Amino acid sequence: MAPTGAGKTLAGFLPSLVALSERAGAKPAPKAAKGLHTLYISPLKALAVDIARNLDAPIAQIDLPVRVETRTGDTPAHKRTRQISRPPDILLTTPEQLALLIAHRDAAEFFSGLRCVILDELHALVTSKRGDLLSLALARLHRLSPDLAAIGLSATVREPDELRKYLVPQVLGPASAGGRIHTSPNEAQVPSPVRERDRERDATSPENPGPSPQPSPARERGRVAVSALDDVARTTQAPLPPFPAEGGGNAKSPMADLVTVQGGAKADLRMLDLGRSLPIAGHTAWHSMPAIYDLIREHRTTLVFVNTRLQAEYTFQELWRLNDDALPIAIHHGSLDAQQRRRVEAAMAAGQLRAIVCTATLDLGIDWGNVDLVVNVGAPKGASRIMQRIGRANHRMDEPSKAYLVPGNRFEMLECQAALDAVEEAAQDTPDARLGALDVLAQHVLGMACADAFDPLGLYDEIVSASPYTGLTWESFEQVVDYVATGGYALRAYERFAKILRGPDGLWRVRDARTAQAYRMNVGTIVEAARVRVRLGRTLRGKPGAVLPKGGRVLGEIEDEFADTLTIGDTFLFAGETLRFEGLAEDEALVTRAPLGTDPAIPSYAGAKFPLSTFLAERVRAIIADPFEWDRLPKQIGDYLQQQRRRSVLPGERDLLVETFPRGKRHYLTAFPFEGRLAHQTLGMLLTRRLERDGLRPLGFAANDYGIAIWTTRDVSERAALDPDFIGDLFAVDMLGDDLEAWLDESAMMKRTFRQCAVIAGLIERHHPGLKKSGRQVTISTDLIYDVLRKHQPDHLLLRAARQDAATGLLDVRRLGMMLERIQGRIIHRALDRVSPLSVSVMLEIGRERVYGEGADEILAEAEAELLQEALS
Amino acid sequence: MAAGLRLEKTHKHPTLLLAGETLMLDLCGGVWLPEHRTLIVSDLHLEKGSSYAARTGQFLPPYDTRETLACLHEAVIRHDPARVVALGDSFHDHRGPERMEPGDRAMVAALQEGRDWVWIAGNHDAAVSEGVGGRYADALALGGLILRHEPSPELVPGEIAGHLHPCGKVAMRGRAVRRRCFVSDGTRLVMPAFGAFAGGLNVRDRAIEGLFPNGFTAHLLGDGRVFSIGRAQLARD
Repeated sequence: MAPTGAGKTLAGFLPSLVALSERAGAKPAPKAAKGLHTLYISPLKALAVDIARNLDAPIAQIDLPVRVETRTGDTPAHKRTRQISRPPDILLTTPEQLALLIAHRDAAEFFSGLRCVILDELHALVTSKRGDLLSLALARLHRLSPDLAAIGLSATVREPDELRKYLVPQVLGPASAGGRIHTSPNEAQVPSPVRERDRERDATSPENPGPSPQPSPARERGRVAVSALDDVARTTQAPLPPFPAEGGGNAKSPMADLVTVQGGAKADLRMLDLGRSLPIAGHTAWHSMPAIYDLIREHRTTLVFVNTRLQAEYTFQELWRLNDDALPIAIHHGSLDAQQRRRVEAAMAAGQLRAIVCTATLDLGIDWGNVDLVVNVGAPKGASRIMQRIGRANHRMDEPSKAYLVPGNRFEMLECQAALDAVEEAAQDTPDARLGALDVLAQHVLGMACADAFDPLGLYDEIVSASPYTGLTWESFEQVVDYVATGGYALRAYERFAKILRGPDGLWRVRDARTAQAYRMNVGTIVEAARVRVRLGRTLRGKPGAVLPKGGRVLGEIEDEFADTLTIGDTFLFAGETLRFEGLAEDEALVTRAPLGTDPAIPSYAGAKFPLSTFLAERVRAIIADPFEWDRLPKQIGDYLQQQRRRSVLPGERDLLVETFPRGKRHYLTAFPFEGRLAHQTLGMLLTRRLERDGLRPLGFAANDYGIAIWTTRDVSERAALDPDFIGDLFAVDMLGDDLEAWLDESAMMKRTFRQCAVIAGLIERHHPGLKKSGRQVTISTDLIYDVLRKHQPDHLLLRAARQDAATGLLDVRRLGMMLERIQGRIIHRALDRVSPLSVSVMLEIGRERVYGEGADEILAEAEAELLQEALS
Repeated sequence: MAAGLRLEKTHKHPTLLLAGETLMLDLCGGVWLPEHRTLIVSDLHLEKGSSYAARTGQFLPPYDTRETLACLHEAVIRHDPARVVALGDSFHDHRGPERMEPGDRAMVAALQEGRDWVWIAGNHDAAVSEGVGGRYADALALGGLILRHEPSPELVPGEIAGHLHPCGKVAMRGRAVRRRCFVSDGTRLVMPAFGAFAGGLNVRDRAIEGLFPNGFTAHLLGDGRVFSIGRAQLARD
C-alpha cells in the first residue's frame, strides 16, 4: 500500500483503472472506447485537486493510458469547453459542477459512456441540501447511463441502509418505465404500477431470502480491496438495476451492496483532567490552556479543534499569550481571508507548523500525515463528529490516533464522558435521512429544462427514483414546475415572462439563453450569510480618533448580522487580535487594533454552534440517572451530582426535571430536557407565551444545550401548588400547535431560513447576467418579501420549503416534538427555596446570550427613555 | 432637544408641531393633519414587485400593491380623511398603473371615492399615466405646510417631504433593531416610505443628516407604537 492518503484513493479508483486499461487495449476498439468513464465527486474543491495529484503519480508510474482531470469553479473557461468536446477518462469534480454538467446541452452525449461514479465523504454530503442536489444529479446520471455503477465512500454511520438507498434508483430506471401513468393528487400515495412491479420482482427473487441486517461474509471477503486507514469504514456498491436489494434490511427499497472495513488501531482517546474544579458554565476552557500548550510542546504537530469561529479566536489568543517558546501556531477558520487560509494550509503541508487552531473547516479534507495529536476543546456535541476529528491524526492503520477531549464546564465533562463511551463502542449518531428539499428541486427542474426539453411524467419518475425524493407527490412536483415557470402565485401575474414554457408537444423548454445563463450563475445550495470585509484602517497621527478609510490590510470577513450589532468603539476578537470597530465604509468594516490587554467588549461568542446530538444527550441523561456511573467520572463532577441529589433530585433517564425557585425579586423556572440549544430556544419561546397567557408575567429566558431558565414577576411555585396539573399542562404537546405557528411566522430565524430557500430556488438571484451586486445590495429585503407572501399566499411553495427546513434546522421543531412526547407523565417538579446546583448551570447563561423574550419595542423604549432623560436634565 | 417637539410617551401616535400645524405621526407611517382632515402617505412604490419580472426575470410576490393598499385602507377607515395626499413615487415606475391587477385598481377607486385625492409627482413616477383617478400636482400648500416629494436642499420651514425612505437603527446589548421612521427637527419633516417593498436609508446617512444641521429626532415605527429617539441613540449602518 502506498503511504498515507494515496492508498484510500487508489482503492476507490482501482476498478476504473483496470477497466480503462482494458478498454484501451481492446481490439477492435468498442464504440465506448473514448469518453468519460469515471466521475469522482468530492464535497471539497481542494480534495478533488489533491486526489488528482495523488492519482497522477501511480498512473504515470504504471504508464497507464488514462487521462485524469479536475473541474472546479477555478477551471478556466477554455479548459471547460475542451473537457466537453474531448472528455478525460476520469473527471474529478464537486456536486455544484456536476449540476452544471447535467444541465449542459450536450449532457446526454457527454455521460452516455459513463460507467462509474464515486461519491467521496458521502456521509457528510447526504445530510444537507447539497446531498439533495447531488441525489437528483445522480438520478439523471442513472438515466443517461443505465449501466452506471455508483460507489459511495463513507465513514461509519448509524444507518448505512440510508446511504445504500441513496446510491441506487428507488424505482425501476425511468427510461424503461414507459407507460407509467401518474396518479391523480388524491391518489398520490397509492403505489404506482412501477412500484408494484418492483415488489413482485423482490418477492420472487431467489436472491432475496428476506431481511438480513449484515452483508454476507463471502461478499465482504470479495471486497477487501478498499482499505480504511483510519477508524473509518467504507461502503461501496456494485452495478445496480436490475438487482434487487441483496442482503438489505428493507425488502421494498433497492439498495447498494455494503462493504464494511474494520480494523485500524483503536484510538487513544482521553479526557483532559486537570484534577481541579471546572466552572459550571462557559465554553472557553480558559483553565485548560496551559495544559493544551504543554501538549502542543510535547508533540510534533497538533490540531486543536473548537466548535465556533470565535472560540477559535479566543483559544488562539490564549495560546499565544502562553507561547514563551515562540512555537509556530496558526489559526484557520472560514471567515479568514482566503489567502491567509491557503498560507496556513501550505505551511501545514510543509510541516512547518506545530499547531493549528481550527473549526469545522478542517473536519473533512486533506490528510496531513504529520499530525500526531488532536485536541478537541469544548463539548464534543456528537459521537460521529468527534470520531471524524480524531481520524485527522495519524492516518496509519497500525498506529492509534491520539486525542484529548477538553471540557469547558461540568456539563461538557459529562458530554465528554458520553463521547468517550461512544467512541469505545464505535457508536454513531449521524442524523436521519433527509426529506428532499423543495427549493433544491426547483433549482434542479430549471437546470433540466436548460439541458433539454423535458416531459413532466418522465422527469417526475426520474426524481422520485432519488432516495430523498421518493415521497414526492405528483401534486407537489406540479407545484414546483409551476413555481419555476411563473413563480407559483395564485395571482397569475407573470405568465408572459415564464422562465420555462410548455410546447404543443407537451414538453417544457427553457425560455431563452439568458434564463439559462442566470441558472448557471446561481447554481448550488450553499447560501453564505451576507458578509462584510474587515479592513484594518490607519489612524491619523495628527488627529486622534480619525481613521483613514483605505490602505490597510483585509483581515477576513464577518457576517452582516454581527456587523449590524456593532457600534463605533466596540471591541471584539477577530483574526487573533482584539479589534476596535471604527465604522462601516461601503462594504467594509473598518477596524483598528485595540491597545494591548483590552478585553473584547462584545461577547460575540454565544455557546456552541452545533447542537448536542440526540444520541449523546441520551447518554448524558443515562450517566446522570445512574450513580454507579459516577465512579468513572472525575470526582468533582460526581460531587456536584451528589449535591444536586441532596438539594433537589436527579431525574431518571426519560424524565424531565422542572425546578421553580425565587431569586432576588424574581421567580425562576428551570427545565432540563437535554435536547440541544436550538430545540430549547424554541421551547423557551413557546413556554414564555404560555406563562404570559397564564398571567405569570415572564420577563425573559435563556437556554443552553442542556436546559432552559425562564424568569417571571409572579410566583410559579405558588401557582403549581394551587393547581397540581399546572406544570404538566405547561409542557403539553399541544404547544406545538397554534402558538408555534404564530411564533414561527414572526421569528427572525424563520426569515433567515426563508431567505436561504428564496436564494436556492432562484426567487432572489445572487448573481445576475450583466449585473454585479453583493449580498448587502440585494434590492428588496427578503424579510419584506416574506411578510407579504405569508399574508397573501401562506401555502406558497417557498413558505412550505422554509417550514420544512425549520422542522429540522435552526428551530429543531421535530426534536422538540419528540421530547414533549417522551416526557408526558414523566415530569418531576420541585419547588425549591433557592437555586439548585443543576439550575446554576443554566442561570449562568443569563446575560451571556441574547434574551429572546425581549422584543424590538423594549429596545426602542429604552432608547427613547434616554432621549426623555436628556430632555429633562 | 429640537424645538416644537412635544412627546407624549404613552400615545401610540405621537403629535408634532410644525409651522404652527398639528401633525399626528401615525404608526402606519402616514401623517394625519386633523385640522385639514388630510392624510399624507409617501413613497407607496406600487407595483414594485411586478417591475422585477420584466426587467430581471425574478418573480417576486405580486402582492405588494395589495398589501400597501390594505395598510392605506386601514388608515383611511380610521381617520376618514377629506383629502389624501400621496407624496410622490406612488408607483415604482411609470408603467406601474398598466400592470395593476383589476382588483387593486378597484381598491384605489374605492379609496378615492368621496375624497380629494392628490398624486404628488415623484422621481419614479414623474409622468403618471392616466386611469388611476385623483388629481396631479408637483407640490401642495396646506396652511403653513408645503408638501413635496423631494426635500429641498435649503431649509424650508413647514416642508413635509419623502423620497429618502428614512430608517433608524438602535443597537443595544448585541441586538440591533432597524425600523422605518419620521425625521424632524421641528422645522421640517421627512416621512418614511409606505410601500410594502420599499427599502430604507439610515438616518445617519449624509443625505438625511445634511438636511438637519441642528440635529433631529427620529420617530421609529415600532410594533405597538411610535418611538421618539434622539440622534445620539441612533446607530449608523
